[in-house]
Amino acid sequence: MSARGGELPWWADALVMPALNLALAFLVSGGVLLALGEDPIECVQIMFNGAFGTGSGIGYTLFYATNFIFTGLAFAVAFHAGLFNIGVEGQAYIAGLGVALASLYFEFLPAPLIILLAIVFSAAFGAAWAFIPAYLQAKRGSHLVITTIMFNFIATALMAFLLVNVLKPTASMAPETRTFAEHARLPLMQDVFGWFGVPMAQSPLNLSFVWALICAAAVAVLIWRTRLGYELRTLGASPDAAVYAGMPVTRLTIIALMISGALGGFLALNEVMGSQNRLFLEFSGGYGFVGIAVALMGRSRSIGIVLAAILFGALYQGGAELAFDKPNITRDMVVLVQGLVILMAGALEHMLRPAVGRLFAGLSPASTAQEA
Amino acid sequence: MEYLDTIAQVLASTIRLTIPLLFACLAGLYSERSGVFDIGLEGKMLVAAFAAGAAAAVGHSPWLGLLAGVGTSVAFALLHGFAVITHRGDQIVSGVAVNIIALGLSAQLGSTWFGLGGQTPQLQPEERFLELTLPGAEAVASVPVLGQIYSQILSGHSILVYFAFAMVPLTWWVLFRTRFGLRLRAVGENPAAADTAGVSVNGMRYAAVVCCGVLCGFAGTYLSIAQSAGFSRSMTAGKGFIALAALVFAKWQPVPAMWACLLFGFLDAVAIRLQGTELPLAGILPVQLMQAVPYILTVALLAGFIGRATPPKAGGVPYVKER
Repeated sequence: MSARGGELPWWADALVMPALNLALAFLVSGGVLLALGEDPIECVQIMFNGAFGTGSGIGYTLFYATNFIFTGLAFAVAFHAGLFNIGVEGQAYIAGLGVALASLYFEFLPAPLIILLAIVFSAAFGAAWAFIPAYLQAKRGSHLVITTIMFNFIATALMAFLLVNVLKPTASMAPETRTFAEHARLPLMQDVFGWFGVPMAQSPLNLSFVWALICAAAVAVLIWRTRLGYELRTLGASPDAAVYAGMPVTRLTIIALMISGALGGFLALNEVMGSQNRLFLEFSGGYGFVGIAVALMGRSRSIGIVLAAILFGALYQGGAELAFDKPNITRDMVVLVQGLVILMAGALEHMLRPAVGRLFAGLSPASTAQEA
Repeated sequence: MEYLDTIAQVLASTIRLTIPLLFACLAGLYSERSGVFDIGLEGKMLVAAFAAGAAAAVGHSPWLGLLAGVGTSVAFALLHGFAVITHRGDQIVSGVAVNIIALGLSAQLGSTWFGLGGQTPQLQPEERFLELTLPGAEAVASVPVLGQIYSQILSGHSILVYFAFAMVPLTWWVLFRTRFGLRLRAVGENPAAADTAGVSVNGMRYAAVVCCGVLCGFAGTYLSIAQSAGFSRSMTAGKGFIALAALVFAKWQPVPAMWACLLFGFLDAVAIRLQGTELPLAGILPVQLMQAVPYILTVALLAGFIGRATPPKAGGVPYVKER
């Protein structure tokens, strides 16, 4: 790495580089807005007010952020082990079955037990969908990226089949399950705060947000404070070293991907059980792919992922407001911005690094001399 | 004789459904043989379909549409190349980015420019690539079997269809019988050796990525101005990924790639044909099962149940000249 200009101090790597890459993505997006005949500054104001200006706006921002925390964590856990799980989208989609199973077929149970079952089932279904690609990668060396892409499409076909032919109530036309019973849903945050007499604005933000934060903390402990986490990171840093140290590489690969699938599966809690209260087509809505950007922006650290998820949540909610205010702009603009962020923060992350490295080397020659 | 007509219809529709897959699959072949993985075939097809639809509607010419489609697709291919060849970025991440940018950009520009909710205007016949009737097709139409094959299956497609099939032997010849092809494969298998022999690894990879862009441009153009009369939102609908599956299924070989695309196109044609019809033994076959078959077959192949698929050795690895 030394050939690429000076090494960056850790804080520059964690803060300055993501900020610069993000700024670049926003700059290009601003150019597109200009080309479409809009004022980028005004658009940013509308988006910022939409995302953070009202209580309800903040609620929506955090609701979307919940999805991104789950998918970001899912991608990051596999990434620590050197595995590229592009199948989070399909794993989350299949996990919807687990949530529907708990909420529809166990509705005779009291609410806390249904929620517990939904958590267990969504994790189990997500992990199960990750298992086959994981097994094929670990045992037979099948290319994980391609098998997980294929499994995303197989999930789409399977869910369409199940929703149209099995889960849809006979009387209904739309390919979706019936609405869950009142007590088989995740409580909204406005209700939770209401129990303690604290008023809160209307939004679909629900208890999954709290679960997402718990998961983020748990992943941090798992990766950095446990033996399994150490083994996963070793596998990611150097598979040869992991083999040489006698680590069970096959099992680690499968475990990493199943944890990843389980985390991705929790997306279904938020979308299906927390907000829509029914299982429907394509509820995973591309969140799985954006999770890649969230994990890359957050440098695969839990705290970074939560912050990046809130940023993407704000983009989502602000973009909805923008599309509402400006007839010329649709929500596709947000999709474009997300793509640009993935490009800049992910694929082009090395572009600015040498220049920034030289800048730091120029600023503090003494410290780089010591590091070298 | 009615069932013969049915078979002919299904085969003719197989050919039409195969073409976008075939173009995209050959596109991926160039790129991946040179060591650049490309899961952005889908995105390049999509922007090409949009550009072709838009340019054909505004310029009133299918050739203008083709030019715009190919040009836009090549621009996106170069973006991928810039990220992964010049800056050694992750090839999968870059591919995901290309797909998402393409999805957002095509729909947003379509809505703003044409105000039709993301579509481009309906194209007139003279703005599209229309079906050609091969010489003598009408004369032999009444001859059983052979005449039907000629007039109903082989004749009656747009010029892009014949071009796609011509690309198969051409690609084989370029990759396996020319110096360019040898070098292209060399940088995909062992870039360090190619570099030692004086071949510019990055130069070859850029050339391969441009070939990929051109062919993806044809794939997208075919979708919006030959198969349909205009662009509609996310009209590629996963075809880029089926093409990727076909490429794996064909073990990165041009002629098997054609057969894989024909197989997947045939499955699609049969699924459309059988929609809602009752079969003698199976009852109503779920459409979703038919749609999933290409993906299931590809996973089975990758798992080693049907032969072995070995990707180009240096695929996915950026080349660093000096260690």
